[in-house]
Amino acid sequence: MSIQQLLGQDPGWLIAVKGAFVFVLCVILTLLAIWSERRIVARMQQRLGPNRVGKFGLLQSLADGVKLALKEDLIPKAADVAVFVIAPIISATTCFMSFAVIPMTGKVNLFGHKTALQMTDIPVGVLYILAIASVGVYGIVLAGWSSGSTYPLLGGLRSSAQVISYEVAMGLSLVAVFIYSGSMSTSEIVAAQHHWWFGVVLFPSFIIYMISMVGETNRAPFDLAEAEGELVGGFHTEYSSLKFALFFLAEYVNIVGVSSLATTLFLGGYHALPGLTFTESWLGGYFTFFWFIAKVAAFFFLFVWLRGTLPRLRYDQFMQFGWKVLIPVNLIWIMTVSVLRIASEKNASRFFIGGFTLGVVLLVLAATTLFETAARKKRDAEIASENFDPPAFPVPEIPGSHARRGVING
Amino acid sequence: MDELTTPSSQTPSKPIGNVGDKAVPVENLEPAGFFTQLKGFWITFIAQFRKVTTVQYPEVKEPVAERFHGRHQLNRYEDGLEKCIGCELCAWACPADAILVEGADNTETERYSPGERYGRVYQINYLRCIFCGLCIEACPTRALTMTHEYELADNQRGKLIFEKEDLLAPLRNGMVQPPHPMYPNTDHHSYYRGEIVASHPSQGEAVNDA
Repeated sequence: MSIQQLLGQDPGWLIAVKGAFVFVLCVILTLLAIWSERRIVARMQQRLGPNRVGKFGLLQSLADGVKLALKEDLIPKAADVAVFVIAPIISATTCFMSFAVIPMTGKVNLFGHKTALQMTDIPVGVLYILAIASVGVYGIVLAGWSSGSTYPLLGGLRSSAQVISYEVAMGLSLVAVFIYSGSMSTSEIVAAQHHWWFGVVLFPSFIIYMISMVGETNRAPFDLAEAEGELVGGFHTEYSSLKFALFFLAEYVNIVGVSSLATTLFLGGYHALPGLTFTESWLGGYFTFFWFIAKVAAFFFLFVWLRGTLPRLRYDQFMQFGWKVLIPVNLIWIMTVSVLRIASEKNASRFFIGGFTLGVVLLVLAATTLFETAARKKRDAEIASENFDPPAFPVPEIPGSHARRGVING
Repeated sequence: MDELTTPSSQTPSKPIGNVGDKAVPVENLEPAGFFTQLKGFWITFIAQFRKVTTVQYPEVKEPVAERFHGRHQLNRYEDGLEKCIGCELCAWACPADAILVEGADNTETERYSPGERYGRVYQINYLRCIFCGLCIEACPTRALTMTHEYELADNQRGKLIFEKEDLLAPLRNGMVQPPHPMYPNTDHHSYYRGEIVASHPSQGEAVNDA
């Protein structure tokens, strides 16, 4: 019996229990995530990070939460009160909802029922997650708009543009997964990865998904929606107290959400690492939960590592990267994957498959080489034609100060 | 200014920017290569295993630099007389107007410092003080110096105006609490030259008599 059928037989109370479990798990993971992020980023900067509240500072995020809850709840005079109040609720609820279809264990025995630790499974589970994620953006956009203030508005606009652009790339990177697994149900996608993880088979999709999930969650280096240097706090500038806490919670639940989706789609979900498949039957199948969490934690570490390493992108470069690099590359990749998939299903000769792959690789190489030489030529010509005026007023020599690129004199 | 404007003062290994009238391309305009950019990830990764520089402050206190600018101190001569002569030069030097001094005359019966005058009122307002040390430079008798004490936070503004008794150096061995007369058969010049190394028994008696 497949997991989808198993879940269909769950009684109502069991689904409620699982729902409560998912909620508690998300909250606990958020607290741990905030703590571990602060500790890890601190270590990357040779600091210690929070180590005062509780053992190793583990209760720091809890203390922060209590502090936030006790603070004064301000609503600006210019704000649209109803929307202002609803926005953080939208953000915080939608991020939890995507967890409903994430499979966290294989078949297990829960309170005498044969089931799996997955709240529900729908045939279009992945599309459901994408849809919910898009609704979540409304929280940010509405928060920015309803604050009645300039910086939040700019932050909200940036966020909407950003999430829309990167959701295209994200959706496209999932197409290859759908083609290979033949399903959009999360549990079936995980089952299809029993032998080979899609992260290996569909490596380009995996890379593009990882890039776009960072853009989707408004995280560094793509955190333009809350760029402190430019927009104060971005969309949540005017928020305080519990409402701010909700945005904070939403951000981290979202990170855990996209990480677990990445785990589900590309890293074999709850499956054990290759060579350790015997562990999947440990604890009556519950040990698979460990593998799931371990993979999610690995993704979370990636998020933290990115934040500790990369500076924020400039807005135009960010959009250019999304539309001019990620999406075209993705389209070419999907075409290639589809052709190969159909070829293998129709039992095409190895000669054809090899030739086709080689052809695509050569074409891509040729295109990038041509593009780069053209760009270099253009740049060299620009530099050569630049005829600098000697500065009339004696100013200090600064390296590169006279290289007015794009300005051609005489 | 001259140094900045004449290129000859710099010694560039390679021409950068303009050399004479000829345009020279600024070198290395190209973005760093892919693997060079990945290097940053390695740097942040190994940084996690480096020694942490954080000091667990309230529990662990590292000594400050030798010439640290901390709370002020009004010093004494070796017999306990105050060095401050109430000249107000510190108050005049203070750019933040944090020091208030009121001088008064020493009398034969009530003497706080050698010589004519002493500082009757001496206040430093630590809400204003910027710890620049100009007052220390201005002091003609080395009466005012700075200590290594830096924990000056408080929860009332009034508590941050330090009075003379808060600032005076504690009495060490051989010192007698003023007012008391000068060391017998000396004048303020002897004090200034550092010839007084301890109090004379008669100085303590004078206090007891009074």
